[in-house]
Amino acid sequence: MHELGLVMHFIDMVEATAKANDVQKVVGVTLEVGEVSTIIPEYFRDCYKWAIKKTQYMQDCELDMVIIEGKSYCQDCKETFRTSTYGKTCPHCGSLNTYLVTGNQLTVKDIKVI
Amino acid sequence: MDEIRIIEVKESIYADNDKKAQELREDLKKQGSFLLNVMSSPGSGKTTVLKSLIPQLQDKYKIAVMEADIDSDVDARTIAEATGVRTIQLHTGGMCHLDAGMTKQGLDEVGTEPYDLYILENVGNLVCPAEFDTGASKNLVILSVPEGDDKPLKYPLMFEKADVVLVNKIDVLPYFDFKLEKFTQYLQQRNPQIQIFPVSALTGEGMDKAAAWLDQAIETWRK
Repeated sequence: MHELGLVMHFIDMVEATAKANDVQKVVGVTLEVGEVSTIIPEYFRDCYKWAIKKTQYMQDCELDMVIIEGKSYCQDCKETFRTSTYGKTCPHCGSLNTYLVTGNQLTVKDIKVI
Repeated sequence: MDEIRIIEVKESIYADNDKKAQELREDLKKQGSFLLNVMSSPGSGKTTVLKSLIPQLQDKYKIAVMEADIDSDVDARTIAEATGVRTIQLHTGGMCHLDAGMTKQGLDEVGTEPYDLYILENVGNLVCPAEFDTGASKNLVILSVPEGDDKPLKYPLMFEKADVVLVNKIDVLPYFDFKLEKFTQYLQQRNPQIQIFPVSALTGEGMDKAAAWLDQAIETWRK
């Protein structure tokens, strides 16, 4: 259900871009998915396949999902670590004084159009 | 054969909603209306909290409530019968959250005449509503004692987005392994600015403090 809501926003955005650029159709879209963005790519794809049937430009649009690794930074020891393995806790010094640098994005990188 | 070209977009899926939410927030501020977005899991007591909160503020403010559910109007009827304030039911059509567009539709349905306080009871869910900005002035999250004190660890985004948390059902604290100090500690790790009010919406315990917080927040917003 969660993925479905996101897919609807995603499709609205691509359709609006297609319309604004006066294209015939969109044949591909690249979506950057952060590793800790809370979406499950397979579910997202299932919702996507269902949802594009109702679109004007995206009937044959291929979805390419690029997974972006989650990285966090420790403010105490200034080290960077992989968020999906260690969560909030810095593996170098054990501090919880950390923040996510990248990896929660859901970004439309580009679209391929005719 | 037509040539394929690439259009760079580089925009977040959330960008459009974030923009709409920001516009809505500014419009509401201009007309002197405060929008409170109430979020929690199902069964944590959103409706009971509202039934306790509204009578404490309805002499001072003109209040409208928007109930969002996947189906039924049971919550809307409960609130309307208990408080007499203008209440509407929003159906999300199977969606697990409300976004700024749906919130705007709800506000339009309430009417053109502005209210001082709009309360949005979001869909019961600790995941998706946190990701979609509704345009609210403040986010209030309710967590009830039976759900456990570890929820800020499991649903970090919800507790990061919250301005205030009500720990509801404290009347049953003796029967559950829920440590308020632990909960506070987990919460502050994620959100150092957060305000916490332990309450029982059923008995009314602590609800005066929650109402005072909201009153203050509305006054600040309208300055």
